Amino acid sequence: MSRSFEDLRARALKRWEFLQADPRPRILIGTATCGRSAGALEVRDALRQALAAWGIEARLIEVGCIGLCYAEPVVAIARPGMPTVCYGEVTSERAAELVARYLAGGDPAAEYALGTLGKARVDGILPLFDTPVLKRQVRRTLGRCGWIDPTDIDQYLAHGGYGGLARALEAGPAAVIEQLRAAGLRGRGGAGFPTWRKWQLCREAAGSDKYLVCNADEGDPGAFMNRALLESDPHAVLEGMLIGGHALGARTGYIYCRAEYPLALERLRTALAQAEAYGLLGDDVLGSGFRFDIKVKEGAGAFVCGEETALIGSIEGRRGMPRPRPPFPAAAGLWGRPTIINNVETLACVSLILQKGPAWFAQYGTEQSKGTKTFSLVGQVQRPGLIEVPLGIRLREMIFDIGEGLIGGRPLKGVQTGGPSGGCLPAALLDAPVDYDSLKAAGSIMGSGGMVVMDDTTCMVDFARYFLDFAQQESCGACPPCRLGTKQMLDILTDFTEGKGSAGDLDLLEDLARGVAKGSLCGLGQTAPNPAVTTLRYFRDEYEAHVHARQCPAGACRALISFQIDADRCIGCSACKRVCPTDAIRGDRKQAHRIEQDRCIRCGACLDACPPKVAAVERLSGNFVPVEA
Amino acid sequence: MQSDPRLEAIFSSFDGCREELILLLQRVQEEFGYLSDAGMEAVARFTGVPEGTVFGIATFYAQFRFTPVGRNHVAVCRGTACHVRGARCILEAFEQHLGIKQGQTTPDREYSLETVACIGACGLSPCVMTNKKVQAKMTPGKVAEVFGRNGSAAK
Repeated sequence: MSRSFEDLRARALKRWEFLQADPRPRILIGTATCGRSAGALEVRDALRQALAAWGIEARLIEVGCIGLCYAEPVVAIARPGMPTVCYGEVTSERAAELVARYLAGGDPAAEYALGTLGKARVDGILPLFDTPVLKRQVRRTLGRCGWIDPTDIDQYLAHGGYGGLARALEAGPAAVIEQLRAAGLRGRGGAGFPTWRKWQLCREAAGSDKYLVCNADEGDPGAFMNRALLESDPHAVLEGMLIGGHALGARTGYIYCRAEYPLALERLRTALAQAEAYGLLGDDVLGSGFRFDIKVKEGAGAFVCGEETALIGSIEGRRGMPRPRPPFPAAAGLWGRPTIINNVETLACVSLILQKGPAWFAQYGTEQSKGTKTFSLVGQVQRPGLIEVPLGIRLREMIFDIGEGLIGGRPLKGVQTGGPSGGCLPAALLDAPVDYDSLKAAGSIMGSGGMVVMDDTTCMVDFARYFLDFAQQESCGACPPCRLGTKQMLDILTDFTEGKGSAGDLDLLEDLARGVAKGSLCGLGQTAPNPAVTTLRYFRDEYEAHVHARQCPAGACRALISFQIDADRCIGCSACKRVCPTDAIRGDRKQAHRIEQDRCIRCGACLDACPPKVAAVERLSGNFVPVEA
Repeated sequence: MQSDPRLEAIFSSFDGCREELILLLQRVQEEFGYLSDAGMEAVARFTGVPEGTVFGIATFYAQFRFTPVGRNHVAVCRGTACHVRGARCILEAFEQHLGIKQGQTTPDREYSLETVACIGACGLSPCVMTNKKVQAKMTPGKVAEVFGRNGSAAK
């Protein structure tokens, strides 16, 4: 059995070494979804054209995402005998320039470089992994993302891939579960339940038909860790599923992936076909007699399907509505059979633990939260991206060291962790360690890894309203506390943002929050009040300003702000008029301009465009009623 | 009613079991752009699931729509990262530009506008999707540009 695996690996290694020894230059381009949205496919075509124009024969390899979202599209150029250089914000024009300067001319174009890779150095370019964004990161789960071709199983094999499966098949289920226990792996989807215990329960459950489900229904808005992993290193997840299937005694696995992730679905299907062709999936996995098949199920756009029992309903072809637990899915899940549901990242961690051992995995982390964790660091941060850090890191390090602070040097107001189920933490808690238990103690959760940074222009009342709007729309409607409670909470918050709140509403909101959290059937309802509860706890003065003064201190709530042009200051330069997206500014050149309030969407583009010396545009807060001339 | 050959073609690669119901609805929507009553009735007959149940399932999931979309479809992301970076203004700019509200289609069926929960390109927020192409780092000012000179969104 291990023989055939050794054959597969030896062949893959040979191919990899051959690729490394290839005398032709190599160009890696990140074409995951985020790269594509920044124009990576156009850049790829421009690279091809430039190579052809120069008559340079090079290997152009499409890889996944290295997580530097702010720098997309990202291209790495390896010229034999020269250092490999990684470039960011590559446009089609710049792609042609890079081919001309570096590949044709030997000038590494340091001004466009993000960093060098490997040992060789270039004057004026830092090694990529010494740059602030990457220096504090420990990239393990994401270790291969962006460096291997996700559509080539051999590249995964050449990097130790499926070695964990081979080990698991030899060691047997009990030893695998023991390794997960020793590693201290807790579920990466949010709840943080020890993975080994869940598996143990399912393994001990009676019956022969068991199922393993990979939850790739990454529904938290503001989170894309799983998408990036599936697009960049899909085999890592498949290997984890195979290890799980073997440990649980399951024969069938399902991957439940959101339909909003077409590229992840495509990469998964490619990976499945390759694994099957290699005998890593199917009737006789690696000749061990273990039989396992994986089916892909596309979600249809329901956040609640991230909840285990709802997800099961959706796979069975029903509405995704949660049911009471117990029985837990580990005892009675899919079609009433014992079922384990694991998050994408959890399964990728399982592969790593089996490949590298539990001690290696537990090198990082805290007493109760072992290992590293991926986060999507987004919002008003300078360097948004997909990052991986040791658990126990401080929020401050994540936002200010890795994220390099806030855009425009604005002050940090808060950070939302854990998506709609999580909470909003104030700047005062920046030194809190990021792990399952510390964030919970602060009133939030770590969740699956969404981390949204907010500056002083975000209104916390509006932010809470945003999440309640989401929860209210996504509530499945089964239990009244969630269905009616989230709606009532939303109505109150909407009133606040429109300056219609009354004094008793704050207490009523808190009362409702307690009721919804206590009375709801599933996690969606139980946690839906969290964004409101935490903002009330940490940003109460902002609520009070909305309710009592009818003002939005952040200047964000549409109904409470307006923009005005001071006719005495305006020089009629039309800078505001040119940028106004809705054509709401009136006035001839050299004449004072004015804003038509009913066309104005309060985006503030005019305020930003008005020359600082003139400063004629003002943002007014309060229940200001504009007077039309 | 007579069976639609396009539906028959879809059904030919399915067994008609309950587990396939959502996938069937997805394929029918892919083919027709939306779920018509006739399409849902045919799926009900094919799977043996009552029509009311099929309708209940279809309306449960946000992906399904019951009216055709415009030739150019704009989806404004309402993810959290997009929200804090001004998605509201972008949606309103589209609404003013197209003269329709979210969830609506222009009378000439040229444009339709909706919001989506999260595209997952949060590092490049705010985003919109025009005809399945993600437009990153949007601003209200770029809304007009999205439609180009001839008025149709970039494909």
